[in-house]
Amino acid sequence: MAVTSDHIRDKLLKELTAEHVDVEDTSPNRCAASFKVLVVSSQFEGKPLLQRHRMVNSCLAEELKDIHAFEQKTLTPEQWKKQKQN
Amino acid sequence: MNSLIRYTARCMRSGAAYSLPGHAEGRVWTASSRLLCTAAGLHKDLDGVVKKDKVVVFMKGTPAQPMCGFSNAVVQILRMHGVDDYAAYNVLADEDLREGVKAFSNWPTIPQVYFNGEFVGGCDILLQMHQNGDLVEELKKLGIQSALLDAEKDSK
Repeated sequence: MAVTSDHIRDKLLKELTAEHVDVEDTSPNRCAASFKVLVVSSQFEGKPLLQRHRMVNSCLAEELKDIHAFEQKTLTPEQWKKQKQN
Repeated sequence: MNSLIRYTARCMRSGAAYSLPGHAEGRVWTASSRLLCTAAGLHKDLDGVVKKDKVVVFMKGTPAQPMCGFSNAVVQILRMHGVDDYAAYNVLADEDLREGVKAFSNWPTIPQVYFNGEFVGGCDILLQMHQNGDLVEELKKLGIQSALLDAEKDSK
């Protein structure tokens, strides 16, 4: 079963109780399954970058086995609000 | 350099072929085969490897010739901060290393950056640290003065 953007989005929304998730399939730019995600979740509050990324990695542990390249941006709702204002 | 020679000796004893490529910057270690290295052995090796140098990068390609956009980004960021003397390991030259380091770090992708034996993250994290000023701080903790600080001083 190929990994799809929708599948990734749904999983992140559910398991990280994310407020917002963007999943971009960047595979056309590369030779194999690649994704770029933005996850906004209050679960990231007070957590350093590495921990946040590990949370996303755990959530997508199965999928990552078939993904070649993976970019991620993890923001708290407040950080995301600030970013949108800029 | 000594460790490179020790590793060469080890590989020659085990009958594995080993070639030392030329490199423009950074110390590069590539192995064409690790016949007698078991998973547990590799794990122990990696533990030593990441602690041996202040800055360690597992990447695709070499600092002089990165073979992937993300690995290249890491090299460029470090270069911007004047960090040119670091240990770089090319996972494309060693499939065992490629899989082993992912298991060791519990991190699914390459490149992987270690500071003082501690896993920092991949390209995304290094880029964000560079953008928000954390990288300069972390380098300072390693006793490395970021070139960007000097540039700032010069421009004042």
